[in-house]
Amino acid sequence: MSVKGAELELKSLPRVSARRRMADRTVQSLVYAAFVIAIIPLVSVLWMVVTRGMERLDLDFLTFSMNGLSSSDEGGGANHAIVGTLQQVGLTAVMAVPLGILTGVYLVEYGGNSRLARVITFFVDVMTGIPSIVAGLFILAFWLLALGFEYSGFAGALALAILMMPTVVRATEEMLKLVPNDLREASYALGVPRWRTICFVVLPTALTGIVTGVMLAVARVMGETAPLLLLVFITDAINSNPFEGPQGSLPTFIWYQAGDPNPQAIERAWAAALTLILIIMLLNLGARLLARLRKPVSR
Amino acid sequence: MTSEIDVGQRTDTAGNGRAGGRRMSTGRLGDQIFAHSARGSGVVLLAIMAAIAVFLIWRAVPALRANEANFLTEQEWNPNATPPVFGIAQLAFGTLMSSFLALLMATPVAIGIALFISFYAPRRLASGLGYLVDLLAAVPSIVYGLWGLHYFGTKMDDVGRFLNDYFSWIPLFGGDSVGGRSLLTASVILAIMILPIISSITREVFLQVPTANVEAALALGATRWETIRMAVLPFGRSGMISAAMLGLGRALGETIAVAMVLSTASGISIHILKDGGNTIAANIANSFAEAGETGRGALIASGLVLFVITLIVNMGARAIVARRKEFV
Repeated sequence: MSVKGAELELKSLPRVSARRRMADRTVQSLVYAAFVIAIIPLVSVLWMVVTRGMERLDLDFLTFSMNGLSSSDEGGGANHAIVGTLQQVGLTAVMAVPLGILTGVYLVEYGGNSRLARVITFFVDVMTGIPSIVAGLFILAFWLLALGFEYSGFAGALALAILMMPTVVRATEEMLKLVPNDLREASYALGVPRWRTICFVVLPTALTGIVTGVMLAVARVMGETAPLLLLVFITDAINSNPFEGPQGSLPTFIWYQAGDPNPQAIERAWAAALTLILIIMLLNLGARLLARLRKPVSR
Repeated sequence: MTSEIDVGQRTDTAGNGRAGGRRMSTGRLGDQIFAHSARGSGVVLLAIMAAIAVFLIWRAVPALRANEANFLTEQEWNPNATPPVFGIAQLAFGTLMSSFLALLMATPVAIGIALFISFYAPRRLASGLGYLVDLLAAVPSIVYGLWGLHYFGTKMDDVGRFLNDYFSWIPLFGGDSVGGRSLLTASVILAIMILPIISSITREVFLQVPTANVEAALALGATRWETIRMAVLPFGRSGMISAAMLGLGRALGETIAVAMVLSTASGISIHILKDGGNTIAANIANSFAEAGETGRGALIASGLVLFVITLIVNMGARAIVARRKEFV
């Protein structure tokens, strides 16, 4: 906005009355205060996580599990939780990304203004607002209770996929809309079929944007705890098979360690929180860098 | 539609790359497969939404049948007893109370942030500062819970005592016991968590304010605040309302942070400084481990209620946005 420049010019005019200036100043300070208020908790959370987490975050913490340790023991680590989180989130991405991208392609390339496309757009919006615990309860009712499967990392991944899909759809949709139509037309003019145009012209053009969106979506679901509590359960040992038996995960690890009265457990909770935040921030940062490095072609 | 004359390819050049015609493909095999799988995944998404409702209802009904109390008015949550007695009155009260308090605290601050970033912050810093606020959304709720339980809650203990000492004549701040693991603490944490959502949507709305309106206000000699009041806020009103509603939806469904911070106590109480209180989502996380057959069904029933509430709030927000689009 050109507010600043206009204000400079105002200086040459008769001065604004004191009352109006007061109102202006008051609002200005309120607005600045609002920003500061938002930054305080951010700094406080990050500061606490970093300082408290550093006390325990070492090689031992990353490479050992809690197998055979009780919560009052020193030492122990979150290796089983890290393995679990990476596997669960990986499985989630494998399920949610193709479905999400294809849905985005449908909405932009095929759907047009059709009724189905409008209904899907609406429900993608609604799906964004589903509480994670409800997604967890649904998979509980469907996968565990109705189909009779056991607790597993995969069950958790199913619930996370429901939470991740709408974000991927949105990101894909927005990026595909930025791809200039001329590219598509040029491809058609060369006699390239539509599906090859989409796969080899449209999607590669929008690729960086989509990857950015996917990374942000992964970072989002990585911190989800509630569905994992219902579907993956917990274990103290390393379970590297996400399709069978309870698995650890960083969020549930924090949940159980933080709820423990022993200071050793609480230390572990902070260290796990730091690990989780580091992974999430790396993904976030990577996504931003990627977005900045290569913006989608547009004019 | 002109799709009959062309070779089944793009029909509108102006339509942002979207096909105007009904035909999905040229009839080639590859085209057909691709078009159908794209459409299919859209349909899968709709099927999931429908399945969520169906399965929750299906598993909730037997538990509700076994329930000896009125599900909507009973305050106890004791589905594992024989006979099972449970109701969501207290949980629903806690959910609504904490979410509305959070909304009350977060909305003004979020709008302030949006104004700051859109109109007050130095141009060069604005996007960086916006990113900083968005970082609040990147912190997972479990970390807010940990922070709330082991750090912030203890600070809120003092705040609660202060409010109770001087403002106990306000019913909300009344009561004789004060603690850090109270509904107020949970609300403040919820407010922090929904700040970035409300402010980023509000910012987007502010970006759409026609420059002409702003410049016209400035040309009339308006101060910055008057410009905002005359040109920006009226334009953004519906957008801000829907942003707040989306934030409310998020607060209603937030589970883990609340479950960690609140120390569960039974009974509805409007004394928000007291330790205790419970919400639908937090109750699911906390009592799932010891829930039996009926217990799970009861929790699924409460999840269904939460699903319906958030669905209504979110749809309402989207409807407001959609209506606004028609005018602008």
